[in-house]
Amino acid sequence: MNAMLELESVHKSFGGLHVTQNVSFAVMPGEISAIIGPNGAGKTTLFNQITGHLQPNSGRILLKGQDVVGQSPQKIVAQGIGRAFQIASLFPDETVLDNVKVACLSKLDQTRRFWRPVQAFRQATDRAYSILEDLGLEKQADRLAFELAHGDQKLLDIGIALVLEPQLLLLDEPTAGMSPEERQRTRELIKKLWKAYELTLVFIEHDMDMVFGIAEKVRVLQLGALLAEGTPDEIRNNKEVVTAYLGEA
Amino acid sequence: MDFSFFITQAISGLTMATLLFLVASGLTLIFGVGNVFNFAHGSFYMVGAYFGYQLVAIWELNFWIALVLAGLGAGLVGMLAESLFLRRIYGRVNEGGFQILLTYCLILIIDDLVKLIWGTEYKSLPRPDGFSGAVTFGDIYLPSYNLLIIAIGVVVVVASWWILTRTRPGKIARAAAVDREMVDTLGVNVPLTMTLVFGIATALGGMAGALAAPLRTVTPGAGIEVIIDSLIVVVLGGMGNFWGAWLGAILVGEVNAFAVAFVPKWASLFSFLVMVIVLIFKPEGLFSPRQVRKV
Amino acid sequence: MTMKPGPKFSAAVLWTLMIMGFALVPVLMSSSYQLNLASHVLVWGLFAVAFNMLWGVTGMLSFGQALYYGLGAYFVGLMVEYLGSAWYLPAIGIGMLAVAATSFLLGLLVIRVGGVYFTMLTLAFGQLAWQITFKWYDFTGGDDGIQGITAPGFLQNPIAYYYFLLVLVMLSMWILKRMAYSPFGLMLRCVRQNPERVRFLGRRVRRNQLRVYIVSSLFAGLAGSLMAGIDNSIHTDMFFWTTSGEVILMSVLGGLNQFFGPFVGAIAMIIIEDIVGAWTEYWSLIIGSLIMGMVILFPKGLVGELYHLKLRMMQPKAGRSE
Repeated sequence: MNAMLELESVHKSFGGLHVTQNVSFAVMPGEISAIIGPNGAGKTTLFNQITGHLQPNSGRILLKGQDVVGQSPQKIVAQGIGRAFQIASLFPDETVLDNVKVACLSKLDQTRRFWRPVQAFRQATDRAYSILEDLGLEKQADRLAFELAHGDQKLLDIGIALVLEPQLLLLDEPTAGMSPEERQRTRELIKKLWKAYELTLVFIEHDMDMVFGIAEKVRVLQLGALLAEGTPDEIRNNKEVVTAYLGEA
Repeated sequence: MDFSFFITQAISGLTMATLLFLVASGLTLIFGVGNVFNFAHGSFYMVGAYFGYQLVAIWELNFWIALVLAGLGAGLVGMLAESLFLRRIYGRVNEGGFQILLTYCLILIIDDLVKLIWGTEYKSLPRPDGFSGAVTFGDIYLPSYNLLIIAIGVVVVVASWWILTRTRPGKIARAAAVDREMVDTLGVNVPLTMTLVFGIATALGGMAGALAAPLRTVTPGAGIEVIIDSLIVVVLGGMGNFWGAWLGAILVGEVNAFAVAFVPKWASLFSFLVMVIVLIFKPEGLFSPRQVRKV
Repeated sequence: MTMKPGPKFSAAVLWTLMIMGFALVPVLMSSSYQLNLASHVLVWGLFAVAFNMLWGVTGMLSFGQALYYGLGAYFVGLMVEYLGSAWYLPAIGIGMLAVAATSFLLGLLVIRVGGVYFTMLTLAFGQLAWQITFKWYDFTGGDDGIQGITAPGFLQNPIAYYYFLLVLVMLSMWILKRMAYSPFGLMLRCVRQNPERVRFLGRRVRRNQLRVYIVSSLFAGLAGSLMAGIDNSIHTDMFFWTTSGEVILMSVLGGLNQFFGPFVGAIAMIIIEDIVGAWTEYWSLIIGSLIMGMVILFPKGLVGELYHLKLRMMQPKAGRSE
């Protein structure tokens, strides 16, 4: 089986600072995995390189076998990567529904239509609603995005990414800033979405319940290098990891 | 084209370049240090011209004293405007054109205040004693006042260089242009620095206005022409690039001087054209490195 | 921009009231001065609403829409002057074609650079047009402008012209409104709020900006063409940067974030200017201070501030997600 995403000796440095050190790993299709590591380990930087916001100095990043290094983020996204950001990237003055709907309209290539009102586009509207339902946000459909609680904003962020039917979804700290109840809800939601949308999911997290709760595979980053890779149990028992990272948690 | 014509035009171009530099350098300084495009900058130029008029034509002060006072006066008005109004918009960068809107209101206010105080008729200012004539070398005709302006320009350029590279405030200003937050964490009083920078920039602009007054009539609404000329200069030189402003000013001044010699009515179009070309091919400015601050 | 369309009922009612109100002006007001004022309101209202598609909706502050306004006016004025009043109506159409071409080319240049540069460049090009018109005395009449622009046939009657104007303005605003509420309009608002995310959706930010720039300019041109027939004259001031500034101020006054805000702003500004102008000539000082005060004290606009206040008072509920 070919990897969905494969990193080969990816290296990135800013002057003398090595933020990504020779990272290699392969993510299999349908896998749900976590990337963990202390702050400053270079997790988001790695995501940025995968989605083309940053260019690695050397190494290859293969999406479904194709090297995407050097391509623009838009192009990479078009090839099937979705991403949710650490700070939700939304359209704050638009309604929750419209936030998703604009993505639906874009997918249906209807964003150039300038005569009929947005409401008249039933297919986009229905799709948007169904995604909101999957996220549990349908009751807030008419609220403006900036009014949403922080956690819901992150969910909306994920929802917008899902519209484009990505095969690989990258989530950057999806439960950051949430209360324990919200985290559990989000955990279950993400697992549900993973199955329902047949995604390959990679998430960055600090929340160990989430990591050990739903991830099939865990990769540990420290100072830009891949420290360890394995099942949650293997990682939990890995002495190096425990001393480097889990010991602090 | 003969040599004397060339020299005459070149000097004329340098005169304009000096005036442009005095204004544009202030504009680029404010942007570099404060990340604000002072759309109202031309109004301070105008204020300086009117102050110059008031001091020389009405109160009959010595020209040199008047020049300095006019500049200081414009600087004071600038600092007042900055601390009362503009300070409030720093945090907001230019989202939605906020900065422009506020500085536009400033223009409206200052322009009308000027009209209120001095009326709408064109005012004129004589050249200072001893500078109404010209220096001639054969066919070369160099008005002394123009030479004076160039000389003052040289002094300002040298002084700026010295201040920016040799003094602590200058180095802070340069550092702030690169990273404002860093300068803030170093304990430098950023708001005060901003006000001072604003004051210096507007003082320079005001002095340019007073200097230019004997050459052109003093009118309300002169501000907008100045800001567009300055815009051309900073496009050429790169926004925030102090020395780029100097080179850009020289370029514009010379292009204008030679264009005036050939097509006087449409001369102003030429520097415009140069700007358009630069924008198409090197929008970060002719004299700036590729990587540029987002305006 | 909270352009959630209210129930169809109230929108239609407002529209009808407005149209009726304006339609009744010639009937209720007997003086030609007031008719003239109402005509001005309609033209500026259209100009301002079209402008706001650029600024309030898409976040592009152009300080040079007067370029297209003037272009529209001068096409009508010059063609009528040199070719006769039969060319009045065709001139409007030809003017709009010229505006489309100019805005397309200029848009390509200025949208690329964006930000403050965009604003300053549009200002500069507007002034360039002013300079050219000003200096080309032989052709354009320079600072004297051209008078005696008369419309053909029955449109010479001011009341007939008024209704002609009313129909065109209302039609234009209806078109713009439909655009604002369409997917295209949604796209534009998203471009303003989060261009990076728009790119992530696979859409082109600049292309959309160019489209709205052309549309906004087209209606600015139309406004200018119509204005030529109201005062039966054209003047270089139509190109002047302060004309561009007027619609900016009107939009701020009436509210950037509502579709009709600028129209209301136009009404307010023209009427207030008319009243204030009677006892002082320092209108700029007054409006400048007023707008500055508004911007500093109410950065989200009066309507926006009230809305946020309402939200803050409802805060406890805002934390729950189900």
